[in-house]
Amino acid sequence: MTLYAPPSKHQLVRMIDNDGMPIADLPESATTPDKWLRYYKQMVLSRMLDQKIIALQRTGQLGTYPSCLGQEAIGTVMGMSLKQEDVLVPYYRDQAAQLARGVSIEELLLYWGGDERGCDFKQCREDFPVAVPIATQITHAAGVASAFKVRKQSKAVITSCGDGATSRGDFYESLNLAGVWQLPLVIIVNNNQWAISVPIEIQTAAETIAHKAQAAGIEGIRVDGNDALALDTTIASALEKAYAGKGATLIEAVSYRLTDHTTADDASRYRSHSDVKANWQYEPIKRLRQFLLHQQWWNETKEKALVEQFKLEIDAAVEIYLNYPKQSPEAMIDYLYSELPVELYDQRNQLIQRGGAS
Amino acid sequence: MNPTQIYNSNQLKINEAANTPKIDDIQTITLVEAVNHALTHALESDPDVVVLGEDVGANGGVFRATDRLQEKFGIRRVMDTPLAEALIAGVAIGMSTQGLKPVAEFQFLGFIYAAMEHIISHAARMRHRTRGRLTCPLVFRAPFGGGIHAPEHHSESTEALFAHIPGLKVVIPSSPTRAYGLLLSAIQSPDPVVFLEPKRIYRATKQPVNLNGKPLPLDTCFTLREGTDVTLVSWGAMIMETQQAAAELEQQGISAEVIDVASIKPLDMNTILYSLEKTGRCVIIHEAAKTCGVGAEISARIAEQGLMSLLAPIKRVTGFDTIMPYYKNEMHYLPRVEDIVNAAKETMQYS
Repeated sequence: MTLYAPPSKHQLVRMIDNDGMPIADLPESATTPDKWLRYYKQMVLSRMLDQKIIALQRTGQLGTYPSCLGQEAIGTVMGMSLKQEDVLVPYYRDQAAQLARGVSIEELLLYWGGDERGCDFKQCREDFPVAVPIATQITHAAGVASAFKVRKQSKAVITSCGDGATSRGDFYESLNLAGVWQLPLVIIVNNNQWAISVPIEIQTAAETIAHKAQAAGIEGIRVDGNDALALDTTIASALEKAYAGKGATLIEAVSYRLTDHTTADDASRYRSHSDVKANWQYEPIKRLRQFLLHQQWWNETKEKALVEQFKLEIDAAVEIYLNYPKQSPEAMIDYLYSELPVELYDQRNQLIQRGGAS
Repeated sequence: MNPTQIYNSNQLKINEAANTPKIDDIQTITLVEAVNHALTHALESDPDVVVLGEDVGANGGVFRATDRLQEKFGIRRVMDTPLAEALIAGVAIGMSTQGLKPVAEFQFLGFIYAAMEHIISHAARMRHRTRGRLTCPLVFRAPFGGGIHAPEHHSESTEALFAHIPGLKVVIPSSPTRAYGLLLSAIQSPDPVVFLEPKRIYRATKQPVNLNGKPLPLDTCFTLREGTDVTLVSWGAMIMETQQAAAELEQQGISAEVIDVASIKPLDMNTILYSLEKTGRCVIIHEAAKTCGVGAEISARIAEQGLMSLLAPIKRVTGFDTIMPYYKNEMHYLPRVEDIVNAAKETMQYS
């Protein structure tokens, strides 16, 4: 059985238990509701959107999609911890982080619905679109962080990847550079225990993913990825370190993938239903809600109103997505170069003359 | 746009380049020195330009292309990277999305393959997939080609791999003047450029180069020699043999036009087609293996767009379809002057 946080000698940063009860000294910010309510609302939005996107996929209105079910805390806290002028370099399961950064629901729908315009964000214009090839984005994040360093800007970069990505050269190469160049970079691994069908036990013999930071000479921290409070403190201190020019941090955020790898996957082929069911008890949204309830910052009425509000927002965005004007066929050529090379005139004309085929 | 207009516009560009007013700073230098001068000019004139790669710092690059740059511009602008090619490409991509103009060196083309995923899946398509929001104004430099008795993997000519990738520009200089002007253009290009330097002729000849900071256009061939009987089309180090072949052909009463393609992507077919209207015969010369080489593409486009100009079948004089031999046999692999002369004469005999 694969649990989301197998025992390890390596310390796991954790602040609230599965019922939202404090199990460590809480930060000063936990005495007021604002931040935690923002996180909570954003996590609920992420999950509701996730469910809506899957429904759209199942009804043939959107393409293959990788759900982030059960991992909403990681993306949300990561996205909301960055300052506006910082840069996020996400991977393909980072919808929650992108939403938190200001990527719109329509843009996410467009992207997963097969339209490049979904990567032309109106907000956070320096953020990368998601990387589909594994771990490549970490080198790009190191490049953005290097640019900040070259220009002596006090800005930071957060990049993320899954546990499978930590097997790749790009991951090690980037960590190594982040160490030797002391880059303002925070690398967050969403260790959801599964790389499609391969569990973490046969992905690596390292005791934890956080250990992988040691060889690069940077700090490695292991945090409960379903605990928004623990994530908040951990990411905030890594960012502070980055802003202060004190180098990079690898954060292993331990979570669990509560659903298939993508809508094209069938996880029942390689893991048991009982495993998944057992891991539901740790999921992050319920945990944060319990915390808010204990603090008396939240109640059933507010919950209902929130869900109703998000339902309307999502439905409105879906309407926009479904009625979005189509790209012209020649758009596939128009953005290749800053200026269209003469040799492409004929092919572009051919696309125009053939006209729409949808 | 009709073909005549395109011919004219390209001819115009060549003339403009030839007629640019000169600020006197003429030095007689080699191709690799021209690369160094172009990098120096770019670093001096544009604070966004940075240079990175293995051994580009104190060592000045294994061929000395970056000689003394770190000393002049400091470690924040001329950066020795860890020994990791995928990383070098990825970091350059990240930097370029922030508006820096990185010039990343790969020590030899044979070692760039680890970076191919970044070049193809990211650099080439960043503008496209973000609809112009993020771009990669970067240059990937690499010395390439055989003939210098190097160890294995150091003599590759695999330019066609890059020419196949939409979103890239692929540029190959073949003289000090063009190395200087084309590299300046490549660095200022808003699009990613793979800049392949023919290391066999890094120091083959010296040429007076006007170091006036003037770029040369990236979308045009260069006609190096005018002729009326046969068009010899080549690029990179093979330009040397091609020029020698043209001189030999002249002695035999055959007037050969020599075209240096220079930018193999995008490919300026109009200069080649214009030449073929005159000569009717074409020999394409490249060091890379024949099958699916850039010569095949040029040949196919001539068949599509210029068949009626042809008086003889196109000939290709290329490397063989095999692995680049270890150096004791490499001169058997490389095309020779006599191969080019013979091919040209065959096209003459045909009609």
